[in-house]
Amino acid sequence: MKKSGAEIVWEMFKREGVDVVFGIPGGAIMHTYHPRQSYGIHHVLMRHEQCAAHAADGYARASGKVGVAIATSGPGATNLVTGIATAAMDSSPIVCITGQVHTFLIGTDAFQEIDITGITLPITKHNYLVTDVADLAHTIREAFYIARSGRPGPVLIDLPKDVQIAETEFVPPTEEISLPGYSPQDTGDPELVREAANLVNKAQRPVILAGQGVMMSGAMQQLREFAEKTQTPVALTLLGKGGFPESHPLALGMMGMHGEAFVNRAIQEADLLLAFGMRFDDRVTGTLQGYSPDARRIHIDADAAELNKVVAVDVPILGDLRTVLTQLMPRIEQRTHTDWINQIEVWRGESNRRDILNRPENGHLVAAHFVNEIWEATEGQAIIVTDVGQHQMWSAQYYLNDLPNSVITSGGLGTMGFGLPAAIGAKFAQPDREVWAIAGDGGFQMTMHDLATLVQEQLPVHIALSNNNYLGMVRQWQELFYDKHYEATRLLNPDFVKLVEAYGIPAWRATTRSEAHDAIEQARQHDGPTFIEFQIAEEGEDGNVYPMVPAGAALHEMIRRPDNE
Amino acid sequence: MHSTLIALVEDKPGVLNRVASLFRRRAFNIESLTVGHTEQLGVSRMTIVVDSSRTDAEKVSQNLYKLVNVIHVEDVTEQPSVMRDLALIKVRANGGGTRAEVLQIVETFRARVVDVGLTSLMIEVTGTDEKISGLVDVLRPYGIVEMVRTGRVAMARGASTEG
Repeated sequence: MKKSGAEIVWEMFKREGVDVVFGIPGGAIMHTYHPRQSYGIHHVLMRHEQCAAHAADGYARASGKVGVAIATSGPGATNLVTGIATAAMDSSPIVCITGQVHTFLIGTDAFQEIDITGITLPITKHNYLVTDVADLAHTIREAFYIARSGRPGPVLIDLPKDVQIAETEFVPPTEEISLPGYSPQDTGDPELVREAANLVNKAQRPVILAGQGVMMSGAMQQLREFAEKTQTPVALTLLGKGGFPESHPLALGMMGMHGEAFVNRAIQEADLLLAFGMRFDDRVTGTLQGYSPDARRIHIDADAAELNKVVAVDVPILGDLRTVLTQLMPRIEQRTHTDWINQIEVWRGESNRRDILNRPENGHLVAAHFVNEIWEATEGQAIIVTDVGQHQMWSAQYYLNDLPNSVITSGGLGTMGFGLPAAIGAKFAQPDREVWAIAGDGGFQMTMHDLATLVQEQLPVHIALSNNNYLGMVRQWQELFYDKHYEATRLLNPDFVKLVEAYGIPAWRATTRSEAHDAIEQARQHDGPTFIEFQIAEEGEDGNVYPMVPAGAALHEMIRRPDNE
Repeated sequence: MHSTLIALVEDKPGVLNRVASLFRRRAFNIESLTVGHTEQLGVSRMTIVVDSSRTDAEKVSQNLYKLVNVIHVEDVTEQPSVMRDLALIKVRANGGGTRAEVLQIVETFRARVVDVGLTSLMIEVTGTDEKISGLVDVLRPYGIVEMVRTGRVAMARGASTEG
């Protein structure tokens, strides 16, 4: 049967299991939009293409499937760039379709022409410019395969207008995808697996560093079995939250710049680090001089280029984490590590004493309180989508999470404005789960136009705005390291409640802990989008994220919350 | 120290751009890069010379593999292999004694004169980097008007590289 390029796009989406796409039409892509309805795929009309990419990303992270964003040529395509880079840094599988000017106009600076494959070359896993409609079906199939396999990532397909219009005999591609230069490796080198098992069996003070790779590989069960058999405590990266239940006795919690001091201390004093699907980001290691100085290191990752990239390891294993852990299990011995675990518990107790949740009310609403209130109200079962900044760290610290694919946040790129659009995507992926978008006042204003999308879709997403009238994380650094010189961080904000109400979204404002509690309760009874502004402490002890590893310091050299006792 | 990598890549539009962009993005220091066709249709071959004091050849190789169009990468630095560079050198030779001297040098280096002008000779030389650099050093006092070098190409001896 003859099909146009436009029809092939939707036909192939359907075959790839796509049920929703996020985008904005325009001159060079409207031909592709035209036949959409006959394929029964829902389109979410975003208010900015960056948000379309973030929504596809949020969808991908909440579902484990590939998210799809569509934009027109030129500015539509360039607006996607921040969203694509965000997905690339966090290994999120998305496919972006961009319109392009007619093939005969390419290279002439035609209206809304831009070299988007050139622009996105360093921020995509792969990209394509399709110039022949006969190549389109298998290109789309390849794009989905590349996006989701191995170390996942974004793939872009640039589609000139004449290719969308042109017709070709459509034969559903069924042959196995064969890419001569691309074959993700699942099984770990048996020799290295043996070496790793030997180190595990000899270790006295082991710590597992679990990253997002645990969830991407679907290795949650294997990680749990490994940790329990070897009695090894598990520290999580920010994106690793969900790979191991935080309520588990062996769970340490988040490591790194704003991780708990006792977690970082355990890493520093360990004699074996087991890095599972993580990449030793600088926010996780602190300065590399003096990083866990006594530890031997085993690193398992799906991307060979991550092995020995920044931290030299003793046993680098390339492979799929779930497969490699399955290879390791029969070779490792049952262990107890009682002394080591008891030692860590002593350190944990000292951290708890400093915890702001354990202090008496002082009339200020601090972010930890409202995050904790949301956690209690939702019994830790919600999907939390954050923006970037202080509230992101507070959310990670105080919304303890046991479920995979439930903490969605821009870790690698640190993209402010990510929260709201990614929450839209997450809600489409998990319509039956409660979704909270937590954002700061700075980041929220970068993409708040997509409140309109929430309303148009009548999407029951709860928005929690952590408002301290500052670009808070920068302000915190200015307070601590720049003599409180608050340069360009003070925000003169709108009345957020009025603003949100103008979109027809019910909104509450909370300035105390009990108001926060009540507002959360009311918002949760409401079916449809809701909004709560939490006015939190602006600066000082109550307004800063503690503890923190300052720039250039080692993990154990943390600035702690001042100890009042 | 230099490392020599051979990369087999798909002969598709933009592949050289992907490789060059990767080197720039990861701040890899590349001494030379040559590309050409191979015995296989649709496969191009790159010879990449890396300054291994500043750039780890293993990292270059691992990152090349991240590119979907890169089929195979091999580090032949430690393997018995033939490495060749080709240079065209236009050297001043005004006649009289200098022209004879230059011709004598060409002979000694087993190079060839490929063009004769009134005031210059164009010399073609093939060989290792060292041999070409040696010839260039000897010719420099006569006045090198123009020079082009292809950069290194390499092939392992004996059984062929897989791909």
